[in-house]
Amino acid sequence: MQSPVIEVNNLSKHYRVPVREAGLKAATKSLFKRKYNTVKAVESISFKIDPGEVVGFLGPNGAGKTTTLKMLSGLLFPTTGTSMVLGYQPSRRQAEFLGQITLVMGNRSQMSWDLPALDSFELQRAIYGIPRPEFEKTRDEYIELLEVKELVRKPVRNLSLGERMKVEIIVALLHRPKVLFLDEPTIGLDVTMQRRIRLFVEEYNHRTGATVLLTSHYMADVEALCKRVIVIHNGKLLFDGDLAALLERFSAFKTICVTLANGNGSFSHYGEVLNQDAGHFTLRIPREKTPDITARILAEQKVEDLTVEDPPIEDIIEKVFSQKSVEA
Amino acid sequence: MKRYIDFYLTSMKIAILEQFQYRAQNYFYMVGVIVEPTIYLVVWSTIANQQGGSIGGYSSGGLAAYYIVWTLVRQMNIVFTPYGWEDRIQHGRLSMELMRPMHPIHSDVSYFAGWKFVMIILWIPIATALALIFKPILNPTWVQVLVFVVAIWGAYLVRTMIYAVLGLITLWTTRVSAIFELVFALEMILSGRFVPMTLMPVWVQHLAYYLPFQWTFFFPINALVGRSSSIELLTGLGMQLIWILIGILIVKIVWHFGIRRFSSVGN
Repeated sequence: MQSPVIEVNNLSKHYRVPVREAGLKAATKSLFKRKYNTVKAVESISFKIDPGEVVGFLGPNGAGKTTTLKMLSGLLFPTTGTSMVLGYQPSRRQAEFLGQITLVMGNRSQMSWDLPALDSFELQRAIYGIPRPEFEKTRDEYIELLEVKELVRKPVRNLSLGERMKVEIIVALLHRPKVLFLDEPTIGLDVTMQRRIRLFVEEYNHRTGATVLLTSHYMADVEALCKRVIVIHNGKLLFDGDLAALLERFSAFKTICVTLANGNGSFSHYGEVLNQDAGHFTLRIPREKTPDITARILAEQKVEDLTVEDPPIEDIIEKVFSQKSVEA
Repeated sequence: MKRYIDFYLTSMKIAILEQFQYRAQNYFYMVGVIVEPTIYLVVWSTIANQQGGSIGGYSSGGLAAYYIVWTLVRQMNIVFTPYGWEDRIQHGRLSMELMRPMHPIHSDVSYFAGWKFVMIILWIPIATALALIFKPILNPTWVQVLVFVVAIWGAYLVRTMIYAVLGLITLWTTRVSAIFELVFALEMILSGRFVPMTLMPVWVQHLAYYLPFQWTFFFPINALVGRSSSIELLTGLGMQLIWILIGILIVKIVWHFGIRRFSSVGN
């Protein structure tokens, strides 16, 4: 049995934040007596991730996702608890550890703004001490995979957001890290560019067997890449398991879309009709009744087309966030 | 070690490429920097002339040499300031730099070292113009030239360490400018930046000897334009080395504790 690449035990991060009311009086008062609040950004979370896994780390804004990634990448010291990544304690920030991981933040750049990305790649080679033949092979491979041959010769400031993100990904992966922490890597990108980045991460995972922990507000990223998801909310872990199990557990209904050959029909006796328009019907059916209802519709109606779908994953995740109990 | 040499050379090359993109801005910045010693030079030359042609052992030509060399030493002394630390923390750049398997100070030292080469190239015509106007008297020996070349890089490293320590305070408080301004004022007086140290009262000279500032300005300038003995020149280089080592030690200690305080919220 393989030992986990990432192991987190009761990890917490609390911040002590000064607070005061608005106005001059409160400001003066705070000079003599300061009040502090303790913000529990992450509260006693535990999980393990095996080598090669791609795990979606989900939660609303302020849930503690980025704080957790920062603790796992050695940027932040945890308040309590322990974590091990690749057998290293991240907070010790050993060079051997940092040389084997990467953290990509969708809104942060590692590149020189004024120079072509090729120059930033060269600096990255020197930082990580990558042997030149290996560096050139990796660089050219990534350039081809992401189709950025022309872009890497332009100053970074002249690239669009999507183009810049592609070269950011290259710069972050040149040293072939074994663990990828991806924090909103597709934020602000159009669907085509999101897909391209997603495919690249998938390809990287297949080729190198790297472990990926990904946060994203785009559920398409999660559905495409992650078999397993970890959901946190208010710093606490709400769910850790297969994405399919999450859908099963939190989605009580399925949606059946029917198109009739003759355009007329009545569906209210099958279940709740969500939409009805020129021979197209959308029904909401309890999950356990879906096989029966589908069979009945096919037998009783002149069906031209029929599809059974899970509700949008966004709706399910929202439902998970509303759960209060800690599940694992 | 080989990796660090490779990194330093690459980072210096990147700095040169970047700063050549901003040659006009660098030139205007340099012109601004030149104004300061020119004012000092005019003032002290006038005083020297009124006192019979020299002051504190410096003739008008000697003062001209002092302040023209000053302009080069000043360029060498440009380092990553505490304002830079404030900015890199507030804009989240420190987070990305901390992900590298290398202390961020290596980036600062190598980048600013590369920048010097651009500044020196831009400095040459300005220094030539100043020399034509103020007619400096400068007859250094080859030993003085050699010591000067080493001392200007020593000065750069000493000043880098002073301001790195101040910059690291931003790991505790995001505003360090007040402390920076205080140290800056001390530096003006105790470094030879405002006036050659030999024109200062003796007790100030003694005090300055045991502080790092004069080894960043007065020592390298005086190494070239003064009449220092070989012992004095070697002592100066030794003092620079001591301050660099003290600086490294303090940076290591402050970093060890400061990085635990780094909160990086939202960045």
